[in-house]
Amino acid sequence: MSTPTLLLAARRQRRAAAPRTLKAWYQNRALVAGIIIVGALVLVAVLAPVLAPYDPVEQDLLNTLADPSAAHLLGTDKYGRDVLSRLIWGAQVDLRIGFLAVLIPFVIGTVVGAVAGYFGGWFDTILMRIVDVFFAFPFYVMVIVLVFIFGSGEFSIYIAIAAVSWVSYAKIVRGEVLVAKQQDYVVAARLGGLSHGRVLVRHIGPNVLSQAIIYAMSDIVMDIMAIVTLGYLGLGIAPPTAEWGSMINDGQEFITTQWQQATIPGLVVVVASLGLSLLGDGLSDVLNPERRK
Amino acid sequence: MLHRLRFIPARLIQSIPVAFGVTLIVFFMAHLLPGNAALALLGQRATAESVAALTTQLGLDRPLPEQYLIFLAQLFQGNLGTSLTYQVPVSDLLVQAVPVTLALLLYALILSLFISIPLAALAAFRPGGSRDLGVRGFTLVGQGMPQFWVGIMLLLIFAVRFRLFPVGGYGTTQLDHLYFLFLPALTLAISMSPTIIRSLRSSMINVLESEYVGTAKSKGSYGISLFRGHVLRNAAIPTVSVIGVNLGFLVGGSLVIERVFALPGLGSLMINSIFSRDFPTVQGVTLFVALFVVVIGILTDVVYTMLDPRVDMSKAVRA
Repeated sequence: MSTPTLLLAARRQRRAAAPRTLKAWYQNRALVAGIIIVGALVLVAVLAPVLAPYDPVEQDLLNTLADPSAAHLLGTDKYGRDVLSRLIWGAQVDLRIGFLAVLIPFVIGTVVGAVAGYFGGWFDTILMRIVDVFFAFPFYVMVIVLVFIFGSGEFSIYIAIAAVSWVSYAKIVRGEVLVAKQQDYVVAARLGGLSHGRVLVRHIGPNVLSQAIIYAMSDIVMDIMAIVTLGYLGLGIAPPTAEWGSMINDGQEFITTQWQQATIPGLVVVVASLGLSLLGDGLSDVLNPERRK
Repeated sequence: MLHRLRFIPARLIQSIPVAFGVTLIVFFMAHLLPGNAALALLGQRATAESVAALTTQLGLDRPLPEQYLIFLAQLFQGNLGTSLTYQVPVSDLLVQAVPVTLALLLYALILSLFISIPLAALAAFRPGGSRDLGVRGFTLVGQGMPQFWVGIMLLLIFAVRFRLFPVGGYGTTQLDHLYFLFLPALTLAISMSPTIIRSLRSSMINVLESEYVGTAKSKGSYGISLFRGHVLRNAAIPTVSVIGVNLGFLVGGSLVIERVFALPGLGSLMINSIFSRDFPTVQGVTLFVALFVVVIGILTDVVYTMLDPRVDMSKAVRA
């Protein structure tokens, strides 16, 4: 093959990373279901000020622990706050933090993993040892300790999650780059005289990024679990802000009389995770058709 | 059999840098505390003397490398410092809490196999069938359930509604422990099983398509005996490493679950210490848990080798 043909091959391969056809997207049932569920939840979160019938933090001490009724569809909690309104506003807090928390580790992990995989050498060796060390700390243990160190609150949650989960992205992207850099299109691009940086960003990048994006979907689920768990333990978003985990914690006290208080926020978490998992499964089918099992 | 375990010494040596890395991270945690660590830890209890005393106790007045060497030297003597709350060695607290958490983990692992193996088999025997779809639905939903919430739901059903199990605590006798730990262990098993089922299901499908299963079938083997004799052991091999990796996750989950069921294990110790700002204890639990995960990694490799005669770990270790 002459050099121009090789370059053409390289270009074609780069395009191939884009979705084949739109049809493949909407014919994928998991993907469609995931988009609908996640879309609906995001809509609820965005429209919380309109949808929520009451102020989520307003107390009504004369009407505490009310059973579900027409005025309060899901009843009220121990401070007389409307449970439905807290659930709706909670979507805003939990989803926002869940989505935002993914971004920092995604970027850091992808860059570090790509550089390590592409250039190899001592940087790669050291990185893999660091990855081994980080993997020794269970996710929750590390997040809880870091939130303790930096103090509770949204900012600490971002730092803690970033510190723990960049490792997974680095490991995934490094593995993908190790495979990709052996491929003909990369060799062709290098022979064509393109710089390492350009090959890494324009040629390898688009082809390895899909794995990181697919992982990000399950990572958002993990992050939402972490936020909810921290909230439950009393280490997350400070009260009285509505947050699903702290709502479950509030409800556990009254589980014998008001079972729905602890149950329903958990169900909402299950629905949100289900939507994100379906979205991730669907994306992995569409982005990696050759890997489908 | 034994000669295949020759890789163990090399594998142990390979884990040493990781173990040192773990101690380094745990050591630096104290230095991540904003401002003066001693002041931050004492909070409202702080007086000039108590800050000075704690600074000396934590060794914060020495240069960093020296602090780390002291930390390591003490660690090798089993000294993890003194709990600020209980004024006893942290190692004493660990000795009390570790058996509870270990029992919970082992119990959960056994229960999760009881859940996963039948469900994976049910799904794998006819992929794409209605049972398969049902099992896959369970794994999808199961992955999305917060562990502590599963615990609360089990409490709601089995302890509050039907009064079959206690709402919390650990009991006093061995038999008590089995009974008291059942719901917490089941909680962990439920949250662990989706991952195991997914892995077992896909490896069972591979095994069922293999020629040796075809041969066994043509010789008249079917049902349970086919499954036990030919499918399970071969399908279990990849799953062992999946379980090994996820045990770390299980350890983290068990800490949270102990909170739900008021079990006096590592998790309760850690969370209580966090609320009382007892940093040496938090550090001790974190260190123990991380080193425990490193050990699990080694054990996973051992089990893997024992199950699969084709695996030669001595090569993997040398590489």
